[in-house]
Amino acid sequence: MIAYILGRLLAAIPVLSAVAVFVFLLLSLVPGDPAVVIAGDLATPEQVEAIRRSLALDRPLAERFVTWLGRMLTGDFGNSLFSGIAVSELIVQRIEPTLVLALMTIVIAVAVAVPLGLVSAYRPTGIVARLTMAGAVLGFSLPVFVVAFGLVYVFALGLGWFPVQNYVPLSQGVGGTLHSLTLPAVAVSFLYIALIARVTRAAVLEVLREDHVRTAHAKGLAARRILARHVLRNAAVPVITIIGIGFAALLGGVVVTETVFSIPGLGRLTADSILRRDYPVVQALILLFSTVYVVVNLAVDVAYVLVDPRIRY
Amino acid sequence: MAITVSSDPTVRGLARSRAAAARTLLFLARRPVLAVGSGVLLVFIGVALLSPWLAGDPGTINPLRRLKPPSAAQWFGTDHVGRSVFDRTLWGARISLGVGFAVAIATTVIGVLVGIVAGYFRLADTVIMRAMDAVMAIPAILLAIALVALVGSSPLVIVTAISVPEIPRMARMVRASVLVLREQAYVEAAITCGGRLHTILLRHILPGAAGPILVQATYVFASAMILEAILSFLGAGTPPNVPSWGNMMAEGRQYLQMAPWILGFPALGLALVVLAVNLLGDVLRDMLDPSLASTGAGRAR
Repeated sequence: MIAYILGRLLAAIPVLSAVAVFVFLLLSLVPGDPAVVIAGDLATPEQVEAIRRSLALDRPLAERFVTWLGRMLTGDFGNSLFSGIAVSELIVQRIEPTLVLALMTIVIAVAVAVPLGLVSAYRPTGIVARLTMAGAVLGFSLPVFVVAFGLVYVFALGLGWFPVQNYVPLSQGVGGTLHSLTLPAVAVSFLYIALIARVTRAAVLEVLREDHVRTAHAKGLAARRILARHVLRNAAVPVITIIGIGFAALLGGVVVTETVFSIPGLGRLTADSILRRDYPVVQALILLFSTVYVVVNLAVDVAYVLVDPRIRY
Repeated sequence: MAITVSSDPTVRGLARSRAAAARTLLFLARRPVLAVGSGVLLVFIGVALLSPWLAGDPGTINPLRRLKPPSAAQWFGTDHVGRSVFDRTLWGARISLGVGFAVAIATTVIGVLVGIVAGYFRLADTVIMRAMDAVMAIPAILLAIALVALVGSSPLVIVTAISVPEIPRMARMVRASVLVLREQAYVEAAITCGGRLHTILLRHILPGAAGPILVQATYVFASAMILEAILSFLGAGTPPNVPSWGNMMAEGRQYLQMAPWILGFPALGLALVVLAVNLLGDVLRDMLDPSLASTGAGRAR
């Protein structure tokens, strides 16, 4: 087991290295002199020179990459070109809303999608199944900001139940935070719910056909108990897998949703920094998001063992 | 009804095409989802192609008719500088569908090439698939906005930026199909018979993977339209002087309470056309491979 986890950790290294090379090379895609482009139209020659020096653009590409990678690995992400604040400090400042939003989204998505998937597999022709499957196509088709604006229009502007935007930090009370993030979390969870519900339904359908489920029915167990103990656990592996894969969609959704709701999180920081060409911040954030994605999927692989004792590494 | 067989070839041709039309109608009537999906998509394609004739100049500013709600004269109302939301929504369809088609084609061509090479040549497989894993580890939206913001926004860059994150999924799917197909007896027979490499790849392997490729291409089409709207919405896509659904929604968000139609109509257009394409993709998938029905395979964005 430990050998397996170590092996998976090692396998993540080439992927993350490739991401690092990719992120690093993004700057060389800039047409013309990157320092001039990043500095913008109003920059003085001194500012351009400062940017060129801070990015070490006067050094050869290979040398720059090695220095850059070394600094990344030691946790030195450089300073923001826009505000001058250390990138690591910016990330610490902005991480709270994003973490809470991501957690709320996962909780909402799993709490809604797994029961829906379970019921639509158990009663494949029932009303819940039909609505779930139709809703899933809708979930794939509605872009996250369309959902977000729809929710704002109805629940914030119309009914006034939730704020239109802004974030209440955890230090001012957990209730306020949850309240301020409810609409964003519901908006991000739409696509996620669609993904998880479909996979849950398919996985449960598969398990329901197996002999041990018939046996459980035959010995008179209640349907609820069969679904919870005999079916859901056996169907857990594909469900957990899609939760991991869908995490990329969640991170992307967070970037858009934080912008829509003016939430001062990492997603908003990413979108703003990209538009401001704040290159060190963009590099660090893309690396961070990708690392989180790889780690989540590593955790998913490890979780297989916990939910399904048949899997042994 | 008596059927007289005419010897006149044009009449016979007409009868045959009538019969074909009737068969098509019957085929569609039995598949309402397919009929509705393709109908909606065709309407949008028509609007996109004909918008120069259907809609007026989308840039005409008229301060006298600012923020007017939908009416008989202005079907979709007017925006904050008095431009017609109807005209702009119709013009926006060109951008959305244009980008969707271009990305679907680019992704399919490159993804199929990469997938075939990775699936057929063991040596290339590891390197290519690790690179694909790396691209997939970066959220698509981030990758696309980063590319556009750095390289500068032009139609070519937007299409490239959206295609890059979509290519790995297509490549992975093609690779998986090729891995299965290359073990098939008829492919081995073709290799043994000394068939040339491009004949084996193009004539024997590619057709076997065509179904899943087509289905995946529809999903790419749908997801590309969403990504384009997100890019334009965030200000990293279509420039503000060209009306696109994404930048219309960005402009309309401040007026959501006073004038929800500015944001609402482009949002509705986007949702409808993406829904139609997704439904078509699902129907296609179910028809090509019933065993995959409704698992949502290949859908994570």
